[in-house]
Amino acid sequence: MLSAKNITYKVGGKTLLDNISVDFEEGNLNLIIGPNGAGKSTLIKIICSQIKPESGAVHYAGKNIAATSLSELAQIRSVLSQNIELAFPLTVKEVVMMGRYPHYDGKPGQKDEAACQEAMDFFDVSAMADRNYMTLSGGEKQRVHFARVIAQIWCPVTGSNRYLILDEPLTFLDVHYQFDFMHKITTLLKSKDIVVIGVVHDLNLAARFADKIILLNNGKLLASGNKNEVLTKENITTAYRLEPVIHREKEKMYLFFG
Amino acid sequence: MEKHRRQYRGIPLILLLLLVVVTLLSIRYGAVQISVNEIFSSLRKYFTTPGTMTLNERIFMEIRLPRAILCLLVGASLAVGGVLMQALFRNPIVEPGLVGTSSGAAFGAALYFVMGATFKFNAGEWTLPFAACAGGILSTSLVFTLSQSKQTGKSSIVALLLTGIAINALFMSGVGFLSYIARDPQARSITFWNLGTLSGANWHSVIIIGISTVMCIAVALKYSKHLNALMIGEEEAGYLGINIKRLKLIVLLINVIMVAVATAFVGVISFIGLIVPHLLRILHGSDNRSLIRNGVLMGGILLSSADLTARMLLKPAELPIGIVTSVIGVPVFIILLRKKNYFF
Repeated sequence: MLSAKNITYKVGGKTLLDNISVDFEEGNLNLIIGPNGAGKSTLIKIICSQIKPESGAVHYAGKNIAATSLSELAQIRSVLSQNIELAFPLTVKEVVMMGRYPHYDGKPGQKDEAACQEAMDFFDVSAMADRNYMTLSGGEKQRVHFARVIAQIWCPVTGSNRYLILDEPLTFLDVHYQFDFMHKITTLLKSKDIVVIGVVHDLNLAARFADKIILLNNGKLLASGNKNEVLTKENITTAYRLEPVIHREKEKMYLFFG
Repeated sequence: MEKHRRQYRGIPLILLLLLVVVTLLSIRYGAVQISVNEIFSSLRKYFTTPGTMTLNERIFMEIRLPRAILCLLVGASLAVGGVLMQALFRNPIVEPGLVGTSSGAAFGAALYFVMGATFKFNAGEWTLPFAACAGGILSTSLVFTLSQSKQTGKSSIVALLLTGIAINALFMSGVGFLSYIARDPQARSITFWNLGTLSGANWHSVIIIGISTVMCIAVALKYSKHLNALMIGEEEAGYLGINIKRLKLIVLLINVIMVAVATAFVGVISFIGLIVPHLLRILHGSDNRSLIRNGVLMGGILLSSADLTARMLLKPAELPIGIVTSVIGVPVFIILLRKKNYFF
């Protein structure tokens, strides 16, 4: 489990996060939603120890993140950030292999080669393994980075959960690949030792795939829980200042606006 | 992938072959031509009966050979320096000469030549390289800090280049001033600092530059994987378990030491650090381990050929080597500058 406890973060007198506590369970798809400026990215950055909270702490399996070294974290946790730009031409395989960097010195071992290959297969980028990353389309680049972050935590770690943190992973993808990606993440979650935390904008995708939804608004935790608890007419109207029409079909739930 | 691998494997071999050829040429040719027989006999006599050496044999042993080795070492230093700086700034148009390292080192070295006697500090034969390093560290950190944006703490490439121009101008005018008031003939010669020359090569400089080059390149190779990770961004490299602040400090330091020590003995030689990584990236991609390894070879090849050209073109007079490297380097720089996707 990854837990964030009483997280508060301020910049220049403005409170970006106000006393937020959330638990992220393994085997679950945890999706953070909220309007622009709600504090989603800030919370992700704190969970990744990219920035330090004013007060509160983040624990990975009970261990305080502030007391964990970067190289230790890199063994069990991978992070996909927004807008990654490459400075130099690299092949797709070279980029994916970067995910294995925390696991080897010098040359990649057999295990690393295998993990790299399987991750590329998993996200359908094996066919472009030798292509120059810089010549790919936005969606292809994004899939290469999926393969990279998955390769990093491809092998189970004894005595520890694995953590996958995704900051707006769906930005450059068309509808097909958005669903494709979510299905693949769901597949990954079948191995019960992975904690997945993601930020998404699409409420319908959250309703369709999330096990737990965390709704932030103005730096506060507005609601958290399953879709029926969080995606209510009241909550969405408060957060997005738009009243939704909620349509249900058996287990599924669809939201419309306008 | 396998096909590519096989192609890549040939590159170091070809480079090595070229290196041997160029080195042999540069040993034999110059103001005086030295025969192969003389090369062998001088090597033999040097270790047995040095008193009986002929003039040609002594020219070979005391001038040609150290100069050829110095070319390889300085070329390797500048090329690897370029690879390191480009990886660090995540931009292919950076090189030690552009970010102030060379001019700062030249200033430090010139200061030692002119004012060395008035200072208490003395580390024997290491005083000159030490002074050059101090100058290089000062100028490079000035460029680094001044080019950083106040808001984001990051340096844009435009800010970096402009700051580099300003700091270079400052330190080179410092060198100019020192040359103006100097008595020491080496420090007097402003062209020595500005355009570089390997004419002062001797075994003493070979040993000192050799030590700094070998040590720094060994460290650079150790961090080549870390530098690769930097290619996808500082934040992402951090998620791969790399301590970015420490990496930057180490890489910057070894780059400055390597380039400053070389500059102290041969003056400012520009563009080697720019051309070599660029050519290698075309040949085999951007992996920093290969760039460093092959950069050592290609830097040596390029500098030796440039030195040979500098010696042969106006024989028996000698051109400053910086003129030759600039004639090759400026077009490459312009081409890189005009490639849009490399920028901003």
